[in-house]
Amino acid sequence: MCGCCGKSEAYLKPFEDIMSEFEGKESDLIPILQRIQASYGYLPEDIIRELSARTGIFVTKIMGVATFYSQFRLRPMGEHTIRVCFGTACHVNGSESIADALSDELKIPLGGTTQDGKFTLESVACLGCCSLAPVMMIDDETYGRLTPDKARNIIRELYAKEGASK
Amino acid sequence: MKIVIGLGSCGIASGGLKVKEEFEKLLAEHPGAAELAETGCMGMCYKEVNVEILEDDGRSTIYGEVSAERAREIFESHVLGGKPVEQYVVRSNYAENENDAFFNGQYRYVLDRCGKINPESIDEAIAAGAYRGAEKALKTMTPEEVIDEILRSGLRGRGGAGFPTGQKWKFARAPQADQKYIICNADEGDPGAFMNRSVLEGDPHAVIEGLLIGGYAIGATEGYIYVRAEYPLAIKRLKIAIKQAEERGFLGDNVMGTGFSFHLHIKEGAGAFVCGEETALIASIEGQRGMPRMRPPFPANRGLFGKPSNINNVETLADVGRIIADGAEKYAALGTEKSKGTKVFALAGKVKRGGLAEVPLGTSLRDVIYGIGGGTASGKPIKAVQMGGPSGGCIPADLLDTPIDYESLAATGAIMGSGGMIVMDEDNCMVDIARYFLTFIQSESCGKCTFCRIGTRRMLEILTRITKGEGREGDIELLEELGQQIKRSSLCGLGQTAPNPVLTTIRYFRNEYEAHIRDKKCPAHQCKALIRYEIQADKCVGCTVCARKCPAGAISGSAKNPHTIDQSKCIKCGICKSSCRFGAITVD
Repeated sequence: MCGCCGKSEAYLKPFEDIMSEFEGKESDLIPILQRIQASYGYLPEDIIRELSARTGIFVTKIMGVATFYSQFRLRPMGEHTIRVCFGTACHVNGSESIADALSDELKIPLGGTTQDGKFTLESVACLGCCSLAPVMMIDDETYGRLTPDKARNIIRELYAKEGASK
Repeated sequence: MKIVIGLGSCGIASGGLKVKEEFEKLLAEHPGAAELAETGCMGMCYKEVNVEILEDDGRSTIYGEVSAERAREIFESHVLGGKPVEQYVVRSNYAENENDAFFNGQYRYVLDRCGKINPESIDEAIAAGAYRGAEKALKTMTPEEVIDEILRSGLRGRGGAGFPTGQKWKFARAPQADQKYIICNADEGDPGAFMNRSVLEGDPHAVIEGLLIGGYAIGATEGYIYVRAEYPLAIKRLKIAIKQAEERGFLGDNVMGTGFSFHLHIKEGAGAFVCGEETALIASIEGQRGMPRMRPPFPANRGLFGKPSNINNVETLADVGRIIADGAEKYAALGTEKSKGTKVFALAGKVKRGGLAEVPLGTSLRDVIYGIGGGTASGKPIKAVQMGGPSGGCIPADLLDTPIDYESLAATGAIMGSGGMIVMDEDNCMVDIARYFLTFIQSESCGKCTFCRIGTRRMLEILTRITKGEGREGDIELLEELGQQIKRSSLCGLGQTAPNPVLTTIRYFRNEYEAHIRDKKCPAHQCKALIRYEIQADKCVGCTVCARKCPAGAISGSAKNPHTIDQSKCIKCGICKSSCRFGAITVD
């Protein structure tokens, strides 16, 4: 256990590793936050406080940056993240109906996480695969030329593959 | 024989890695049958996955829509048997193909090496001409001569605004300072644009070379590439390319033995459209919220960390190496009097052949969309083309003869932009498109300027109201007034151009706005609140497909009898209409 904050050393280990790579200058803030999110899946409040104590950058300032950029999340995510592309090419090819179908299939709104913690459904401005529109990305895999039915089936297949029940 | 797989993001998204695995497996079964290589985007995104078979006699065959199964077929017939599988061929250098039209009219200057070389091999890049320009500049030219050469080439900023690059460099060269920076803006944020991504993924050394030359010209010894985090493959390839360039002595201390030092860093963006604006981008690199500030002072005098800085777009920098190597005149010979050279466009939307198209400036929109793009995939008439993303506008079909140059496009109310070109057909509602861009801009406004922050929200509310059938008389005029005020009262390019998608659609498609407001109709049948699906009893055979497909359970009826839609349950998703094989479902 850490003497000052009561957190286990195992919990803080990834954070320590990240901090050892940076000088802690203000211009390091965004890369540090990106690394924290990559390790913890989101930006936990206790880690942000620890980061502030370590670098001398005010918590308000860190939160200002964290809430400004759409990449950062302050809440844990589902096991898998679905990003429905809302780029122009996807929009004119019906991305809204893809998002509606996914919302309906998962019973969550855009931005929500399923109760079993399996999926988080997000929209993204553009994935840059415009010629495959409409597109979604599940974790690192891209799915193109979707129809609402195709999108539903991909989710069902993933559930079937993982043996999870809804 | 060589098998080359196109592995840009589009190719990978279409299953390129599985195709690669299949070829690896096949080559393990037949060792020595061919050499396997990968490259970036070949441009024909509509035919991904692309695989090129290069034979020792120089014959090149490009296959399209290759899957793992097709890979095996191609391997057995072509690689082992020497007989091309004709039905999958999309292009070759020995026979005509209908896809040749995609390349006719293109001039590949920036994209010259994309889709030909392995982007992870500096040797291939050098063999294809990379770093020739840098060597010439550093070893035989003074910084002033480099700037002069770029000025004479007529190169203008490819991020969209079109400021002369040489002029920009001149401004950044002028101040005396202990440290200067050159920054590559690779924060390609326009939704629907992927030109920069393809260049970064397909030819990262071109961008590094441009930065090196630019750094030498303005006297910067440090460079940054600010690239959006949504482009993981581009970041990976840039990192590899930077490392290779360092190992060759093209980056680092004493570049090419000339005494000039240049260090290059990558900064990953964190998702903020406004960071494409140069002062916001600088704030972001410094670890701040990416909010623009007043200019002057311009970055050329006070930029990154308070030092003179110069920011160029990816495509601009990718042009530089070749301009220096081949001379300004060759570049200036392309294009029009005021808009020199070529421009890469990301052709997408309802177009038949979507992908990367590079054309000399001055080419008409029609030549790009119909000639290269082949018109719409649906065969329906084109209604408009959107250029410049959220900062641009919609150009109607009757202006498609407009030449693509900075001034002609600005005259239409749209802009050149960074290169997004989205084709729309008659099924696209222009009010909906305006609302779409406003939704984007409104959520991306950094909030600093009141008119941009609140004005765009008010405009969005009005547009939403109109698409819901609650539009009022005077709404169009109100949108125009708000639009003008936002343009005038915003600090940065984001706010100053935010109303463009609305203003251009009002200018060219006012009747569509009026139909929504007065008749409560959406002529394109897109706005859900204004449309109604109905089953024509005389055409319905009672096959029950629509009732089974309807996700809302709104369709009822017994087998072999006409069905009906319960309007109170209908969510207007249109699945019934697209699944009906008898054309019995109509929308109005």
